[in-house]
Amino acid sequence: MLKISNLTYQVNDKKILNNINLAFNYGKIFAITGHNGSGKSTLVKTIMGIIKQTYGSIELDGKNIDKLSINERANLGFGYTFQQPVKFKGLTVLDMLKAVIKENKAIRCGCDYLSKVGLCAKDYLNRELDSTLSGGELKRIELAINLAERKKINIFDEPEAGIDIWSFQGLTDIFKSLRQKDNLTIIVTHQQKILEIADEIIVLKNGNVEKQGTAKDLLCALSNLQCKKLIGEK
Amino acid sequence: MNNIDKELLQAVADLHQIPTGAYNIRKNGKSIRNNTEEIEIIPKKEVAGIDIIIKPNVKNKSVHIPVIITQGGFNDLVYNDFYIGENAEVTIIAGCGIHNDTSENSQHDGVHSFHLGENCKVNYIEKHIGLGKGRGEKIINPTTQIEMKKNSSFTIETLQLGGVASSKRKTFAKLFDGSKLVIKEKILTTNEQTATTEFEVKLLGEKSSVEVISRGVAKGDSMQYFYSNIIGENECFGHVECDGILVGNAKIISVPQITCNNVEASLVHEAAIGKIAGEQIVKLMTLGFSENQAEELIIKGFLK
Repeated sequence: MLKISNLTYQVNDKKILNNINLAFNYGKIFAITGHNGSGKSTLVKTIMGIIKQTYGSIELDGKNIDKLSINERANLGFGYTFQQPVKFKGLTVLDMLKAVIKENKAIRCGCDYLSKVGLCAKDYLNRELDSTLSGGELKRIELAINLAERKKINIFDEPEAGIDIWSFQGLTDIFKSLRQKDNLTIIVTHQQKILEIADEIIVLKNGNVEKQGTAKDLLCALSNLQCKKLIGEK
Repeated sequence: MNNIDKELLQAVADLHQIPTGAYNIRKNGKSIRNNTEEIEIIPKKEVAGIDIIIKPNVKNKSVHIPVIITQGGFNDLVYNDFYIGENAEVTIIAGCGIHNDTSENSQHDGVHSFHLGENCKVNYIEKHIGLGKGRGEKIINPTTQIEMKKNSSFTIETLQLGGVASSKRKTFAKLFDGSKLVIKEKILTTNEQTATTEFEVKLLGEKSSVEVISRGVAKGDSMQYFYSNIIGENECFGHVECDGILVGNAKIISVPQITCNNVEASLVHEAAIGKIAGEQIVKLMTLGFSENQAEELIIKGFLK
């Protein structure tokens, strides 16, 4: 279990995250949503160690990980996909897969994930991760590389950004496949389709947890129309 | 070949043994060579150097002409002329490796002149490396002069792998109708090394084109200078891109100049120099790399 206690991140007098308490259990998909500036990305960056919290603690399986660096958390089983994919001049998709995953089998797995996010591996393996690729292509490649790592805790920050509607279905199928007893998936999203596949939804507002509950209950509360859709009423 | 020779030849020309085909391997001013039916290498009489004559219509052949210097205090100056026949398609592997364990400077200056016939296609690879623990500097100064006839194509890949105390590279090219020149340069400097590159490309012919891509990583207190001048005299296309990564107190000076002397000339230059982007380091750390490993991977990819 990933447990967050009294998590606060403060810049000057402004509390970006204010005393957040959450528990994320294995085997579930958690969606974090809320308006722009509500603290969603800051929360997941803090979990990954990219941002250091001002107060509070983060525990994984009962052990405090506050002092662990980003790469130490990655090696502990955390995977993180950025909202804006990062470019690397000179490094190809294959270079990155080889650097991240040492086994040939896993590289093939990376190719499979490229296909699943709508990219033909043959056409992309030797492409540089630079401006010659569109934002959507870079995003899907980053997702495929991260997924090929087979992490036990996968964090996605707005994975839908820049993804075309044809590839989006493949993306939601991938997220569903991550719902396994030893896996934990956290997705920051504004997309209803992703909210619908989540087991639990956390709504942030001004750095606070405004609502939290199962997808079914929460979506029903948010919108009667969404509720009907979710439970299959016409 | 002793182990030092092997190490240098492997680094600059990917050679593990004497190659098959045409070659001229120059060590401390003395050469061994081999000619083939299609490629003839003739030593010059007046000055040090060779003429490399590639017959017309030769396809998919290569010639190795590496230079190695293993003697401290040795200064080498060579003039090599390449005559590439019409319709020929050839790869030329050059390069220079200096191993210096002494306190005296070792230097290689190579003046290469390329005469490309119509419709020929040439790939030219030139790697430089300096090895050895002596205080004597390893200095390499290549000059390349190129004349490209109608519809010829020339790709130059140069790589300075490190260990070279000082290098001054000068490249001058004249391109005629439909000819295409691509220059890819990668330089790594460390400590107090300096590397200067200077390109002057005259696009004389209609639909001639040049692309110059320079990538430099400067570490420590090293300095890199990049000067280029692309001159468009006809309907032509030119693009210059200079990217640099700075580590430590290093400096890179980039002066990309474009000169349009014809209204139909389309010339572009761009340059970006700075430290490794923090977001790149963070991204690689989320994949499990330490900060140092991330930096290494980014630089390795950049100079690949």
